[in-house]
Amino acid sequence: MDEIAVLIGGRAGEGINIAGSVVMRLIAGCGLRAAMYYDYPSLIKGGHNFAVVRGAAAQPYCHREGIDLVLALDQETVRRHQGRIRAGGRIIYDTGRVREIEGTGLPLDEIVKEEVAPAVTRNMVLIGAFCKACAIPWETVEAVLRRAVPKAVEANLRVAGRGYEAAERVMTLPAQATAGQVLPTLSGNEAVALGLVDAGLEGYIAYPMTPSSGILHFLAAGQEAFGTSVVHPENEIGVMLMALGAAYAGRRVAVGTSGGGFCLMTEGFSLAGMAELPVLVVLAQRPGPSTGVPTYSGQGDLLFALSAGQGEFPRPVAAPATLEEAWYWAGALLDLSWRFQTPAVLLTDKNLGEGMYTFHGAPRRPPLPPVRWDGDGGYRRYAPGPDGVSPLADPGTAGAVVKVNSYAHDEAGITVEDPETVAHMAEKRKEKEQAMAKVLRGYPAVMTAGDPAAGTVLLCWGSTAGVCTEAAGDLGLSVVRPVVLSPFPTEQFGAALAGAGRIIAVEENLDGQLARLVRAEGHRVDAMVGKYDGRPFFLEDLERRLKEVGI
Amino acid sequence: MTWITGAQNTWCPGCGNFAVQHALKDVFAGLVADEDQRPEEFVLVSGIGCHAKIADYLAVNSFYAIHGRTLPVAAGIKLADPSLTVVACAGDGDAYAEGLGHLVFAAKRNTDITAVVHDNRVYGLTTGQYTPTSYTGFKGRSTPAGVKERPFNPVELALASGATFVARVYTRRLDHLREVLRRAVLHRGFSFVEVLQVCATYNNLTAAYNNQVYELEGHDTTDLTAALERAREWDYSDGAPIALGVFYEIEREREAWPPMGRLPDHRRREVIREVLEGRR
Repeated sequence: MDEIAVLIGGRAGEGINIAGSVVMRLIAGCGLRAAMYYDYPSLIKGGHNFAVVRGAAAQPYCHREGIDLVLALDQETVRRHQGRIRAGGRIIYDTGRVREIEGTGLPLDEIVKEEVAPAVTRNMVLIGAFCKACAIPWETVEAVLRRAVPKAVEANLRVAGRGYEAAERVMTLPAQATAGQVLPTLSGNEAVALGLVDAGLEGYIAYPMTPSSGILHFLAAGQEAFGTSVVHPENEIGVMLMALGAAYAGRRVAVGTSGGGFCLMTEGFSLAGMAELPVLVVLAQRPGPSTGVPTYSGQGDLLFALSAGQGEFPRPVAAPATLEEAWYWAGALLDLSWRFQTPAVLLTDKNLGEGMYTFHGAPRRPPLPPVRWDGDGGYRRYAPGPDGVSPLADPGTAGAVVKVNSYAHDEAGITVEDPETVAHMAEKRKEKEQAMAKVLRGYPAVMTAGDPAAGTVLLCWGSTAGVCTEAAGDLGLSVVRPVVLSPFPTEQFGAALAGAGRIIAVEENLDGQLARLVRAEGHRVDAMVGKYDGRPFFLEDLERRLKEVGI
Repeated sequence: MTWITGAQNTWCPGCGNFAVQHALKDVFAGLVADEDQRPEEFVLVSGIGCHAKIADYLAVNSFYAIHGRTLPVAAGIKLADPSLTVVACAGDGDAYAEGLGHLVFAAKRNTDITAVVHDNRVYGLTTGQYTPTSYTGFKGRSTPAGVKERPFNPVELALASGATFVARVYTRRLDHLREVLRRAVLHRGFSFVEVLQVCATYNNLTAAYNNQVYELEGHDTTDLTAALERAREWDYSDGAPIALGVFYEIEREREAWPPMGRLPDHRRREVIREVLEGRR
């Protein structure tokens, strides 16, 4: 057996997300690499929630249709997922809420009652049974639960122990990649947050919006430890403008939201472009338009991110695919935004942000310090500088009057409307964009995977990279993926596509937004495979769709 | 030290903005002279509209923002660097129309900034439309038949929102304007100053104001009920007496959010390592 997939399902409010993350950590705790997908509707209690954890020796980045173990807290879980169980698989279920079926039935309510444990620990019986079913040693179970369970650890352990005793061994976990080396598990949102902190974040300002709220929650809980400030203002307009005030006053700040919130922020986003103020926007996509499908995933905001705000101004935009890239580019975009004094967008999505993965460590970023004023001469905020970048001074600096302006302005920051200055400042902003593109040649702005000699190329971006990479492995294809989408990495992308035969765009949208961008760059895209139901591609699902377009 | 930039002033003759500019300049100069403040510590935030040009004219740090958004910018600056003295100038369109929510929340948060609202009760730069404080019946270019709505009473609104310093001034009472602005800037917490000023071109209410205004005397500035009572004397439409001065001033918890900052590099790496260890 070279992989294992475990699904735990129940109603919202039964702790399915936590249960999934515990299963995730148990599998990772055995030295495996793992990925978790969490599926939940937009409601607080009831409905159907489930988490799927896939573990293997090599890092998984997508999910398959097949499941080995289904942990069912209710009948709905059985009804929906029974058909996905692979040969040798098993259902472990609550006899109190599921009609008797083949599998391992456990009376969860009775066990919880006997152990005098809170009702929410019901899922721990199933988790204990799962551990026994996969022959995870009890010592590992206990060690992981002690770290992973946020509250009432002893009660959880007692309840899990009952499940462990009652169940039988069904299968063994896949062989480990590296004996004993246990990797940390993080969600994509947590990786973004830690990448920001690592890169010197001083303030995070956000209004709650799924699926970006995980960043807000994680940073708010950790703000004392990280020494940073987390602020939740009245709305996204306030978020953006507060962030720009803080950036003006010299702080490295980021904001986070989803599409609807970013709509409100575009006013301030454009202001940042004109005033040449840095700010990083984490834009966690979900399906739109408008409120759309709030707790699911999509890739429909690429063209929006590339063109948000009125007028023309440079903006680095990057879409990471993995935890490691999320961490890296959160920091890299902070660096770029502060170096080039312009707003930046980190484009993630629900599948990456709320999904969990084992974390392998992010690569180091090249140093890219801001351009500071040396204190010589009278300070002019928009004075000429290297690559169109004016040296920065913060308000409060002796001898400096720091004036930023949303109007077209002269070098001192005073409003002007004369044609020469208006044109000159537009060119100054363009110069920054060109310099940024040059700097980005030293970054991993385009990623490739699969067989480089394969004729057919899967073109993708963001979190669909994982499923594309696995499909490319199965079908003998190559994958080309721009991580940086603005300024477009023309040279790296051209080099990656050199000699390509058929090019097929795989995106979680209907229009083929990357395909459109790539065509505008002068490349050909021959076919498009789109998914826009809010759910990620299953591997089998993508492979079928690829065959339909003639792979 | 010069407080005025070389930018050409384009306000109309008779505009109330001149008085605010000069009063603010005098307040800043006074704080430098006798409160040990440095000119570099002052930050002026403005919105969009005639008032906002003050950012071009005063030679202090400034953030010439966008319509309605002065207060979140000002709050962000103060949060980022509490050592700065932040004054946000806004128009009545800025503060009461486009940015009303921000005003209410700035007062609720009691961030230590000063909001100066240049209230001429008309949109000047967009050529004469009504604003949230235009009197009922006001005929503007978007309301040729006269405004049917009732105006906001900003003093009452600020008091209801929790501002800890609330005052009203009039630009033709320059000494009083200067004195109240100085108190507002020195107040620790959110200060709200409603400045009655005329628009010489579109809404010249000089005669009415000269007739109606009076300065508060013997008023208890810590009594919210008394403040609300005084605020309601004039409803921004009728010919009732218009009280000027400080309506309300109290001390309340200010730092709504933790200060910005980061750990030194080595410590930050350690903390991150600890977080990752906990996730194994």
